[in-house]
Amino acid sequence: MKNQHLINSVLHIADNALILGQRNAAWCAHGPILEQDIAITNITLDLIGQARNFYQYAASLINEADNKNETEDTLAFLRNERDFKNLLICELPNGDWAQTILRQFFFSTFQQLMYQKMMHSSDNQLAAIAAKSIKETNYHVKWISEWVIRLGDGTDESNQRMKNAIEYLWNYTGEFFIAADYESIDVAGLKNEWLEKVKLVFDEATLSIPENKFMQTGGKTGVHTEHLGFILPEMQSLQRNFPGVEW
Amino acid sequence: MNHTKEHIYSLLAQVTDPEIPVLTILDLGIVRDVICTQDNAVEIIITPTYSGCPAMDAIAFDIKLKMIEAGFTQVKITYTLSPAWTTDWMTEAGKQKLKQYGIAPPIERSSRLNKLLFDQDEHIPCPQCGSTNTKLLSEFGSTACKALHQCMDCKEPFDYFKCH
Repeated sequence: MKNQHLINSVLHIADNALILGQRNAAWCAHGPILEQDIAITNITLDLIGQARNFYQYAASLINEADNKNETEDTLAFLRNERDFKNLLICELPNGDWAQTILRQFFFSTFQQLMYQKMMHSSDNQLAAIAAKSIKETNYHVKWISEWVIRLGDGTDESNQRMKNAIEYLWNYTGEFFIAADYESIDVAGLKNEWLEKVKLVFDEATLSIPENKFMQTGGKTGVHTEHLGFILPEMQSLQRNFPGVEW
Repeated sequence: MNHTKEHIYSLLAQVTDPEIPVLTILDLGIVRDVICTQDNAVEIIITPTYSGCPAMDAIAFDIKLKMIEAGFTQVKITYTLSPAWTTDWMTEAGKQKLKQYGIAPPIERSSRLNKLLFDQDEHIPCPQCGSTNTKLLSEFGSTACKALHQCMDCKEPFDYFKCH
């Protein structure tokens, strides 16, 4: 049981990075300007790389426990909606650039705090992946925070788009801090620090944190929005059409 | 055939980064250890630069090829993540080669890396004319390890190998 909890928590973290990476990758060749197209896809590359490290670890744990033959690829390409444990916010549509930026800001700010905890995990492999990943995430947080400020404190149009994005995304941020039964990191304990970091950037960006308290949940236990059901067939199309195919 | 560690390192010094061919994998500091298990068997332990760096698979393939050419029959490549790679491990020779190639090398120790938001951008010396009157154009560049800067004196844009 303890092992199953560990496997689920590693899959949850891997799924977050993979699904958000898949979403951001859709900006490739569609970014507002070339440099920012390259920036969001570079962040995607880091996310997919982090996902690979977590999937490889999850596969080794599963194979050890159940005498199976899972790999990073089978975990990414041969599981269905109900098996994916990613946060709902990761699977939401990209929307406009403001919505993509705000989602990445909320997520990276959370991921940075989560990795800070995981670096000190008693599980050596998790600690190693976190210590490696956080260097990348620190860089993302810096870039993404500057974009929140640029758009929030920019033109009337960009400010309005950020407000629309906050309205759409805010209800999905609570899930960061509501622990699933398999999670060993005290995510609830990260909430105040996350709010402080968000407020620091929002103040500069002339944006405010909404009052509403209702939060969407379900992703961590495989109960997803309708959007994941469209992401997976596209991401997994090759394996669905040609099961087991290899390059 | 008997291979010494020194011999294996001299072979590894011939394997270059596919994206930045002036740098060897030893210059980059990604080779963490070499273990000669038997006469013709070797294990090379490497660490990735960035988690998603696509050059890693190509590098592992090139190492294997180089070892097989040298007569090894069993070559094992093992990845290690800890301790996490840092540009502090890049050799001085590597930094000079980068500069001559037109890429500004990482300028400071990663421990002094500014992690704060809203910090001033660093003025990276231009690899062409040496001026520090330069500006950041984009935090992300042509590969995961580089950012794009521009010299305000000679006007040349240039890649900067980020401190990591």
